[in-house]
Amino acid sequence: MEYKAPVEAYKGVVREVTIGKGDKVLKIGGENILPLHFFDEGSMPNPPKFALEVLDMEPTEKIPHLLEPFGNAISDPIQWAKKCETFGVDAICLTLLSTDPAEKDSPADQAAQLVKRMVSEIKKPLIVYGSGDEKKDAEVLPMVAQICAGENLLIGPVQKENFEVVGKAILENGHVAIAQSPLDINLLKELNVKLCKFLPPERVVIDPLSSALGYGIEYSFSLIERVKQIGIITKDSMTMMPIVANLGDECWKTKQAKENETQGLLWEGITALSLYLAGANLLILRHPETLKLIKETIGGNGRWPS
Amino acid sequence: MPISGSEIVKMLPGRKPCKDCGFPTCFAFAMKLATGGASLDKCPYLSPEVKAKLEDLLAPAIKLVTIGTGDNKVQVGNEEVIYRHEKTYIHPPGIGILVSDKEEERKADEKIKKVKELQFPWVGLILKAELLALQFESGNKDRYLSLVRKAAQSGLGLILISRDLDVLFAARDLCADQRPLLYPITKENLDQAIPRIKEKPTPLGVYGEGIEGLIPLTKKLKEAGVDELLLDPGSKNILDAIRDQTFIRRAALKQGFRPLGYPTIAFPCFMGKDGLKEILTASVFINKFASVIILSDFDQYTLLPLLVQRLNIYTDPRFPMAVEEKYYEIGTPDENSPVLITSNWALTYFIVSSAIEATKIPSYLCVKDTEGLGVLTGWAAGKFTGDSVGAMVKKSGIESKVKHKKIVIPGRVARIKGELEDALPGWEVVVGPREAAGIGAFLPEYAKSLRK
Repeated sequence: MEYKAPVEAYKGVVREVTIGKGDKVLKIGGENILPLHFFDEGSMPNPPKFALEVLDMEPTEKIPHLLEPFGNAISDPIQWAKKCETFGVDAICLTLLSTDPAEKDSPADQAAQLVKRMVSEIKKPLIVYGSGDEKKDAEVLPMVAQICAGENLLIGPVQKENFEVVGKAILENGHVAIAQSPLDINLLKELNVKLCKFLPPERVVIDPLSSALGYGIEYSFSLIERVKQIGIITKDSMTMMPIVANLGDECWKTKQAKENETQGLLWEGITALSLYLAGANLLILRHPETLKLIKETIGGNGRWPS
Repeated sequence: MPISGSEIVKMLPGRKPCKDCGFPTCFAFAMKLATGGASLDKCPYLSPEVKAKLEDLLAPAIKLVTIGTGDNKVQVGNEEVIYRHEKTYIHPPGIGILVSDKEEERKADEKIKKVKELQFPWVGLILKAELLALQFESGNKDRYLSLVRKAAQSGLGLILISRDLDVLFAARDLCADQRPLLYPITKENLDQAIPRIKEKPTPLGVYGEGIEGLIPLTKKLKEAGVDELLLDPGSKNILDAIRDQTFIRRAALKQGFRPLGYPTIAFPCFMGKDGLKEILTASVFINKFASVIILSDFDQYTLLPLLVQRLNIYTDPRFPMAVEEKYYEIGTPDENSPVLITSNWALTYFIVSSAIEATKIPSYLCVKDTEGLGVLTGWAAGKFTGDSVGAMVKKSGIESKVKHKKIVIPGRVARIKGELEDALPGWEVVVGPREAAGIGAFLPEYAKSLRK
């Protein structure tokens, strides 16, 4: 029996989604091969992208080795974001944590004004996450969408409880939706089906929830791997969206990341790299050093311009 | 690519109906053979040639390889899937440290000690690395052999690395009964090595330039009757490594290509990445099929993340990880300490117990068997109801441990309060925080109230 390299070819293609406008544009997705499978037939035109996360309020828990790279900038979200831009990010992710009723319950218009200012001051495309409180997000996110109309922001989480109001605002104001569902492929597809009744599928990305190393990463890993494969291998339209892995905060919540810097960087790094290999197209991190480590570990090998 | 029953039946003698194998027909026997439910020996009419052929066809697609002996043995291979979600990964990769005989003795001792002693308790398990890879670099045979002797005393699984065959086999002779892995067997040394290997067979690490380079080597070794092999395609970087590992796994499982039907060995220590990048490289190999992973060095902070990743990726996705139903003592609780209850999904237990631990308040944590479901899903599935939780509390014996009769339930299942109070007469049921994150704010005040 002779060896013939087991090269595979698939029929599905992940939709290419564009975020931002003008000279700050980011493309994610577009591949018809599994992650880094350059040896198969097909291509991965856009390497997975990385964003650093900025909070709209000073973090209440001050983990010294996580905050040190940003210095005083953490007291001002815009300065914090600008600092992130110096670390070679592809995008900035602003989390509107202060709007959470369990945090400061700050008003929607205040949050929306901050997003607007940030869009005008930063040079990278912007991702906006609400607090995750589905009721409050239903107020905050539509206002963000409206005030920043036409900016083509990536906005989420759009959940099954608020997809109509948030999704419509995203549609009408020209943005892209992050459809979020809790670690379940059927719920994920169901939400995408509902959203795509009024939103073009090219304007949806999937957030299947990312769990940290040691705290359920195996669920996220296998779910992302499955979603990617169902999309690419079986050409299931409702899973052929790019995947976002918002994992930084999950990692830095763990005891292991907090107690030691090296351990923290690896906690975030291994989580990110695992979800990258599973199929994430956009990864949201907290620590700039993690970003650097991952990029240098994978290397481009001439496949992508660095 | 497993052989099907209908293919096997064509090779069976078809004397019907002899039933000597204990099955009504050859076909029934063949179906059982295909699923591993019967042994070929049951058919007395197979010619030796056919039997050998069938044995080969029925062997696992990826050979099982054992390095080391006794409690410290590392068993790898026998994997059945490419992607974890298809079924499960089976044998987690062995993780080891590279010790060169060029290193100072003190440094070498320290590394050996690290593999022996760095252990981490994690969700009721003990996580640790298990292998020592000993590299001949000094040019001084005696120096290398004394390192091997010392490492052999540790009882850990050994990988002997030497390009000089004389040194390699001399080292092997010192510890052959411990089943060390010999590395590298290459196209240059293969012919010379085979007779020496056959003197005292041990597992081998085969190095080839790329996958094509490996194939003639494993074929030749197999012909010589040596087949406990690990493959090293010599990948130079992460992208090549993913290609090589994926092709080997696909060739073995999807094409049934026997010359690549072996587990693989990876050396992040030789891939030119330093510090944390080497650890991250190792983490790629954990996700991407490697069965033995050798690092140049590690410490407690770099090793733990890899061990946790290995545990997570190799858990069986068909069964949630669960902990035993009983009450657990956190710290040293006394008769006035709080009693809390949660479900037995390992993750739930782990998060809740760490949250309690962080408050430094000694407590009892009761864990109710929910068959590995979280609290809310456990309740929805009828496994965390007031009745069943009450029965568990009674059975656990916690009642004799505390003076008060108060139990804290997770806020998410506040609705079982009434039912639980009915099931536990005399007990007061306190509704705790909804999330484990709320325990820090809740527990100190609550514990104080118990002492009043």
